[in-house]
Amino acid sequence: MPDVVVIGAGMVGAACAYYAAREGLTVTLVDRGSVAGGTTGSGEGNVLVSDKEPGPELDLAMLSCRLWTELASEAREVGGFEYEPKGGLVVAENDEVLRALTELAGHQGGSGVVARPVAADELADHEPHLAPGFAGGILYPQDAQVQPMLAAARLVRRWPGVTLRTGTEVTGILMEGGRVTGVRTATGDIPAGAVVNAGGTWGGEIAALAGVELPILPRRGFILVTEPLTGGPSGGPFVASGPLVRHKVYTAAYVTNVASDSEGLETSAVVEATQAGTVLIGASRERVGFDRTVSLPVLARLARQAVALFPALADVRAIRAYCGFRPYCPDHLPVIGADPRVPGLYHACGHEGAGIGLAPVTGLLVAQLITGAEPELDPEPFSPGRFAGAAAWTA
Amino acid sequence: MTAYDLVIVGAGPAGLAAAGVAARAGLRVAVLDAGARIGGQYFRQLPDGFNAARPGALHHGFSTFVRLREALGGADVLLGHRVWAVEHGPEGGFAVHCLEGREERARTVAAARLLIATGAYDRVLPFPGWDLPGVMTAGAAQALLKGNLVLAGRRVVVAGTGPFLLPVATSLAEAGAKVAGVFEAGGRFGLAPRALARPGKAAEALAYGYRLARRRVPYKGGRAVVAAHGDGELTHVTVAKVDADWRPYRGGYETIECDTLAVGYGFVPQLDLPAQLGCEIAGDADGGPVARVDRRMRTSVEGVYAAGETTGVGGADLAALEGVIAGRAVVADALGAPAAGDPEDPRMEARRRRLAGFARALLRAYPVRDGWMSWLRDDTLICRCEEVPYGRIKEVRDLGAADARSIKLLARPGMGWCQGRICGHAVARLAGEDPAPPRRPIAQPVRLGDLAAMDGRTLDDDT
Amino acid sequence: MDSVNGVNSVTGAEGTDHADHADRADRTGRVDGAVSGNVDKGGGMSGASPYRLVGARPEPGFEVRVDGRAVPVVPGQTVGAALHAAGIRTWRTTRFGDRRRGLFCGIGVCFDCLVTVNGVENLRACLTEARPGDEVTTS
Repeated sequence: MPDVVVIGAGMVGAACAYYAAREGLTVTLVDRGSVAGGTTGSGEGNVLVSDKEPGPELDLAMLSCRLWTELASEAREVGGFEYEPKGGLVVAENDEVLRALTELAGHQGGSGVVARPVAADELADHEPHLAPGFAGGILYPQDAQVQPMLAAARLVRRWPGVTLRTGTEVTGILMEGGRVTGVRTATGDIPAGAVVNAGGTWGGEIAALAGVELPILPRRGFILVTEPLTGGPSGGPFVASGPLVRHKVYTAAYVTNVASDSEGLETSAVVEATQAGTVLIGASRERVGFDRTVSLPVLARLARQAVALFPALADVRAIRAYCGFRPYCPDHLPVIGADPRVPGLYHACGHEGAGIGLAPVTGLLVAQLITGAEPELDPEPFSPGRFAGAAAWTA
Repeated sequence: MTAYDLVIVGAGPAGLAAAGVAARAGLRVAVLDAGARIGGQYFRQLPDGFNAARPGALHHGFSTFVRLREALGGADVLLGHRVWAVEHGPEGGFAVHCLEGREERARTVAAARLLIATGAYDRVLPFPGWDLPGVMTAGAAQALLKGNLVLAGRRVVVAGTGPFLLPVATSLAEAGAKVAGVFEAGGRFGLAPRALARPGKAAEALAYGYRLARRRVPYKGGRAVVAAHGDGELTHVTVAKVDADWRPYRGGYETIECDTLAVGYGFVPQLDLPAQLGCEIAGDADGGPVARVDRRMRTSVEGVYAAGETTGVGGADLAALEGVIAGRAVVADALGAPAAGDPEDPRMEARRRRLAGFARALLRAYPVRDGWMSWLRDDTLICRCEEVPYGRIKEVRDLGAADARSIKLLARPGMGWCQGRICGHAVARLAGEDPAPPRRPIAQPVRLGDLAAMDGRTLDDDT
Repeated sequence: MDSVNGVNSVTGAEGTDHADHADRADRTGRVDGAVSGNVDKGGGMSGASPYRLVGARPEPGFEVRVDGRAVPVVPGQTVGAALHAAGIRTWRTTRFGDRRRGLFCGIGVCFDCLVTVNGVENLRACLTEARPGDEVTTS
């Protein structure tokens, strides 16, 4: 019998299993699909501090950013997961936006974020192919990118105390005397001392199996992928003058959209290159449930915004597009910690678009809460208890 | 923008047949094709520049093509049009987004109804050396010859499975190539017993056999090319005697010199467009995905029809028949009366059943057996675009990638230029699955500038 | 450019001397010449050729330049077919393993045959009809 069952083998579940096993616990990690088959495999692999306002989530992100560098150096000898501290560049369309951006960066500095103002005439030094006319920007050297599927898979394999069971759907939560005692799966019960809900976008459904409500909803996002640029026939015009896109580059509108409550479509340009030579173009946010139907208007909007940032992209071809569902809570904070309504049940979900970046710190906190160790930072703002006022479902 | 009553994607036998039927009934019809000439893959035509006196010499059933061509009536034929996306129009109907010509000019064609007849392409299996220059699909060898009058090579080995190998080898031999052998991985006579149910097909197979024998081309069953060799370019292949599961027998190897290998293991229907529209996709007799249609060739999405290989690989005769049925159905649905003939004509239905039954029997007679996996070495590329070797696939399987999608996410097979069209079947089988329906919202590479120009534009803006 | 092959003469349709190439192929054990030129000469003992098979009487051709070298084209042929006929079987190198690539599926599906024509990158050679004066760049 494992000490812990973690439900969901995405990036967050993998990190929970990793840190729990590092604390000496035995862990069974179950997923109805495969490793990293859900939202982890549908994003860009962002590890960002730049897009967060000062507050509890930024503190979380700062610690997680540090944990990522540790994990990356640890994983390097087994092949790594393409951790790339490439830095983020946020650009402002006009002076007013630049002032707001600069002010935000000043506040973020208090949380330990490194933010360097970039004047309009210096933007080209950082991104030679950026369109002219931007008022300036802020460079965030701590922003990074990982290949999240690979990262999740490698973390799962790191400690022998973790047993991975893919293709195993959890159909019920075992309870005894109001306390969680394990999970029921299609292939049998798995008793455990603690159960971690790392179900991502489907975290609300897992919670419901334990009779509690967790308000996690999907927010759909599309990503466009270009043809590979580097090393193409004849080298390409972009190789001679360096890569077309060097950092994660986005407009200030991204920050406001991240925190937005709008029901409708929101898009903001987010452009970055990958080690495979492609350029990823985001980001859109829509509340349309779990609808996977591709929306050409959304793809067209993303393309227009990306070309506005990097005019040279106009002649680059898109070869594919995909969508995923970011799990969000109404207050845009993740749910991390013990559920006061059901002893033995821990939640680690609802990270919206920040799940990759916040995965290590989430895993660390959950492991510390399970073992009773002193948490490295105060988990109270993320406590599932904040939803305890909602009527509990009947078990 | 004025909409066509019917837009047909694909100018092969199915598309041409449907276009003729619908155009003659008075509908406004457009036939779109990526190629420079009508005919599709099966009836691929030579450029006029060759002034060929006997163009039919490269074709079986050329008179069928001539009939289809002459029956096109007033249908608009839009060649050099690659469709990269189809979507529902804002007020009903469909928007068909194309890229035209070498310049890839973006263009949108509006349609009240849509017939998808996009055909199929060669299914290939990976094996050591399959990405050496000189190794190509059987369809590539045919396309070079039929469409360009170029021989794929001087000394050619033809290998794979299925009846398509015979015409490929025959035309290469008759056009002057030395065909060093035809190697059918399945049984040599897989076709024979079932072909008796359709005498015309049996005679066709026998005729190919005779023509090959006349040129002393050896045709052997139970043999597969399990490796291709050469220093930078193909010089020889290893042919293995294989068991019923396609595993090589110990010691049953021979080496054959050749500069070209034409290889094909059946066909994969092009389903990108029906999948984009959400048409129901079903499993064919070989487990592969096909568009599901009713007896009038209607897909599960209203206004969208499918015919030819899109509904299951069945050859040109069946495709043309399905095209006629689809054309009649579109006319009946558009005009509210079967003005072009009854789409449920009992004799046509009986013929379709017979041809489709034969096609399904062929699929079952020439299955792809999993023994091909034993041909792989760790350094054999599975994905040619992203250059993912077999060893990497094994590695990510060990990391917990339990299905084809996770293998793709972790090791990148299928993420490159071809979007998994070439390696998709192999990756699915390596994961122990049947190939899944494609999910390619962008079916052809499209410039971001063209995509950007669509933002905020309505169909009416596009003329 | 991967030019394994002997230079195809560019005097129009009557280009390659097959006997010469056959001879070299015998010596080296590999094809060392146009695999099958844009020619109306017999290949092999039977004297069969694609041109004879269909009774082709091609129009006067034109040339494209491949890394500066002239390659003959019959009007309507694709860039890929013309290169293949001239014995040029590969025209790009893959980005990770430096592997040589040319025609594979031949019908626009596999993207192996990507080529640069007149500076436009990543065109499928098998779909791109050659035009007089085209400049093809290999890599």
